[in-house]
Amino acid sequence: MRYIFEPGFFASGQVHTALLVGAVIAITSAVVGVFTVTRGQSFAGHSLADISVTGGSGAFFIGVSQFWGYLAFGAGAAAFIEMIGVQRRRGRDVATGVVLGGALGLAALFLYLGTQTSSTTGATFTILFGSLFVLTSSTVPALIVSALIALVTVIVLARVLLLSSLSPDIAAARGVNVRLAGAVFLMALAISVALSAMVIGALLSTALLIGPAATALKVARGPVRAMVTAAAIGVLATWLGIVLSYDSFYWRPAGKGWPVSFFIVVLVAGAYLVTYFKPSRPIPPQPAQEHTCSPAL
Amino acid sequence: MTPLVELDDVGVRLGGRQILRHVTTSIGDGQFTGLIGPNGAGKTTLLRVILGLQDVSEGRVRKTGTVGYVPQKLLIEPDMPLRVKDVVSLGIDGNKLGIRLPSRERTQKVDDMLIAVGADRYKNARVGELSGGEQQRVMIAHALVSKPDLLLLDEPLANLDISSAQGIVTVLSDLSRKEGIAVLLSAHDMNPLLPVMDRIIYVAGGKVAAGTVDEVVQPEVLGELYGHEVDVLRVRGRVLVVAATGLVPQ
Amino acid sequence: MFSSFMMNTWIAGTAVAVIAGVMGFFAVLRGSTFAAHAIPNGAFAGAAGAGLLGLNALVGLAVFSIAGALGIAGLSRRSRPDVATALTFVLMLGVGALFVSWSTGYAQEAYKLLFGETYGVSADEVTPLLVLGAVSIAAILVMFRPLMLSSALPEVAAARGVSPQRMELAFLLIMALATSMTVPVVGALLMFSLMIGPAAAARSFTASPVVALALSVGLALVTVWIGLALAYETNWPLGFFVGIMGAGFFLMGQAWTALRTRSLITDGGASPTPA
Repeated sequence: MRYIFEPGFFASGQVHTALLVGAVIAITSAVVGVFTVTRGQSFAGHSLADISVTGGSGAFFIGVSQFWGYLAFGAGAAAFIEMIGVQRRRGRDVATGVVLGGALGLAALFLYLGTQTSSTTGATFTILFGSLFVLTSSTVPALIVSALIALVTVIVLARVLLLSSLSPDIAAARGVNVRLAGAVFLMALAISVALSAMVIGALLSTALLIGPAATALKVARGPVRAMVTAAAIGVLATWLGIVLSYDSFYWRPAGKGWPVSFFIVVLVAGAYLVTYFKPSRPIPPQPAQEHTCSPAL
Repeated sequence: MTPLVELDDVGVRLGGRQILRHVTTSIGDGQFTGLIGPNGAGKTTLLRVILGLQDVSEGRVRKTGTVGYVPQKLLIEPDMPLRVKDVVSLGIDGNKLGIRLPSRERTQKVDDMLIAVGADRYKNARVGELSGGEQQRVMIAHALVSKPDLLLLDEPLANLDISSAQGIVTVLSDLSRKEGIAVLLSAHDMNPLLPVMDRIIYVAGGKVAAGTVDEVVQPEVLGELYGHEVDVLRVRGRVLVVAATGLVPQ
Repeated sequence: MFSSFMMNTWIAGTAVAVIAGVMGFFAVLRGSTFAAHAIPNGAFAGAAGAGLLGLNALVGLAVFSIAGALGIAGLSRRSRPDVATALTFVLMLGVGALFVSWSTGYAQEAYKLLFGETYGVSADEVTPLLVLGAVSIAAILVMFRPLMLSSALPEVAAARGVSPQRMELAFLLIMALATSMTVPVVGALLMFSLMIGPAAAARSFTASPVVALALSVGLALVTVWIGLALAYETNWPLGFFVGIMGAGFFLMGQAWTALRTRSLITDGGASPTPA
C-alpha cells in the first residue's frame, strides 16, 4: 500500500477536492458521452470544449469570473450551432468546425491581448491541459451543482433520445419534438463539457467524454448498463490518474510530477484498446424449423 | 362507427411537385388494408400524412385513436446500446420523459409481444446486430406493444423473399384479428396480401382508388389512375397489372 | 508591408492558402472535419517531444502527424470515425502534455505552434514549405478521380476496386504531410480554420466539384491575404482574422443557399437538391 500511495496523499485537502470533483466530472462526462457517441456528436463535444476555453480566456482578459465565461461561450456556441440548423451529420460537423475556427480565432486574440496587459505565458498550457490540483474550493459547489443539472437533464431525456436515435419518424409520430430534444441535449452537453474543460482542461474534457463511453458501448448491451459502465470507467481512470500523478512527484524528473492529464488519457485510451480487439458476440444460432408457430425468416 | 382515419380531398405538394391530389378515403376499425402502388407513386407520402409527419396542401385529415408505425428501413449503428427487449420496452413509453423503474408487468408485456412476433429467441441481442428481417419483427413488436388502434407499415415486404414475406403477413393478420388492430400496409406487389386484405387503396399517378380488391383492381379503374391503358391479368390466384404498351409490369 | 522582410511571409502565406484550399475541399467533402482539426493539433505535441530530444521541431511534427493519420485510419476499421479521431487526438495530446511538462520554457514555442507567427518566416522555412506543398497537391491531383469517387460514392468505388479504407489512409497521410509543413508557419489551429471555412463556403455556392475546388482555393487566398494585411496593421494575430473570415464566408454561403432554396420553391420549379 505504501508503494502505491505516496506519503501525504490522503491527508492533502487538495487531493480530496481533486478526487471529489474529478469523480463528479467523470460521471457526468461519461453518461453524457454515451449519448454523444451514439448520436455521432463527438466532434461537437470536442469543439464545445475548445470554444468554452475561448470563453474562459476572454473572461480572464476582461476580468470577469471565468466560470461564466466558459458557460456562456459553451452554451452560446451550442445555441448558434443549433440555429444554423443543419440536419445531416456531415453538414453539422462542418458548421461546428466553422464555429470552432471562429472561436479559436477569438482565443488567439484574447491570449494575445492578455500578453499585452499581463504575463500569461503559462496560460496556454493550463488552458489546454488543465490543472485538477489547482481548484479553489469556492467554485467547487457551483461546479458540482452545474454538473448534476446536466447529468439529471440527460437522464430525464434518456428514453426520448434513444427513441429518436432509433427512428426520428417513430418518435415524431408519437408526439416527441425531436428537434427540441436534440437542442436540449446539445445544451446539456455544452454545459457538461464547459465544466469539465474548466476543471480539467479541454484535452481531458474530450477524453472523459468520449473514451469511457466508447469503451462501454463496446461491452455493455443495454442502455442502463452502458451508462453505468462508462461512469465506472471514467471514475476509475480519473482516480487512478490522480494517484499516479501524485506519486509521480517522486519520479524523474524530480520535484515536478507528471501531468494528471497524461495518466488519465493513457488509462482511458488503454481501456478502449482492450475492448477494441474483443470480437462481438454472435446472435444465438437459428434452431431447426420444426413447428409452425414461429414463422421462418 | 367512426372511422379511425378519414382523408377528405387531400392534396400534397412537395418541392413544386403535386405528389397526391383529391385523395378521399377512410380506414375503419379492425380493417386490414393494403396500400398498393408502383414505386414513387406517393405511398410513403400518404402514410406520412396519416402519421402527421407531412402537412397537406389541400383537404383535411381526421384521426381518432392511436397509431403505431413501422418505418421502411432503419439505419441502426452497431454500437446503439439497445437490446431487442429494450426496443420493445421503448414502444410502451419511449416518448415520455423521466425514469421508469422496471416492473414485472412491463417485462411480461414485452416478453409476450416478442413471443407473438417470433422474436423471443434473440431478445437479449443488440438491435444493431440483427438482420433486416429480424429487425423488422422487433419494430413490429415495438409498434404493437402499446396496443394502438391502427398499425402503419411502410413497405415491410420489400426486401424479403416470398416465404418470409408470407410469414410476416401471417403474423400481422393473426395479431390484427386477435387484438382488433387495424392495419395499413404499403407494398408495390399486392399478391402476398390477397388472402388477408379487407380493402385495398391503390395509388398511381397521384390519385387513389379505394374499395375491395374486386372493385378496384379492374382495368377501367386502374387505367383511370395511371392515365393510360392497363391490363389486369389473373393467373392462378395471382394478380398482375401490366401497362398496355407492354412495358415492365408492376 | 511589402518589404523584402515580409515577402517570405507573403509567399509562405500564399502557399499555405493553396494547400489548405485543396486539402480542405476534400476534407469537407469526405466529412473529415474532425481529422482536419486533430492531425495538426496532435502534430503540435510531436514538436514538443522533438524539442526534448534536441531534434528539429519539424521531425516531431512529421512523426506525430503521420502517427495521427495512422491511428485514425487504423481505429476507424472497428470504430466510428469520429470516435477514432477523438481517441487518437487525446492520446497524442496527452503524450504532448507530458513532453511539455518535462521541457522548460516551452510556452512561447507552444503559442507559436498553435496560433502561428505572422512575422519571422525565414527563407529556409519557405523552401521546404513550397516543395512539400507542391508534392502534396501533386499527390492529390494524381489521386483526384479515385479520391472523388470514394468520397462521394464509397460503395461504387469499392465495387470498382478502389478501397475506401486505403483512400482514407492515403488522404490522411497527405494531410499529415501538408500540415506538418504549414503548422510552423501559420499554427495548428489556424490551419484548421483555413481548411474548413473557405471549403465549406465554396460548397454552398456551386455544385460543380472543379469550381468548388477552385473557389475553395480562391477564398483561402483572399482570407490569407486580407488576414496578413490586417495582422500587419493591427498587430493582432493572423489566426483571429482567418477564423472570423472563415466563419463569415460560411455564413454567406448558408444565406445564399437559403435564398436560392426559397426562390426555387416559390417559382414552382424542379425540386431543389438538399443542402
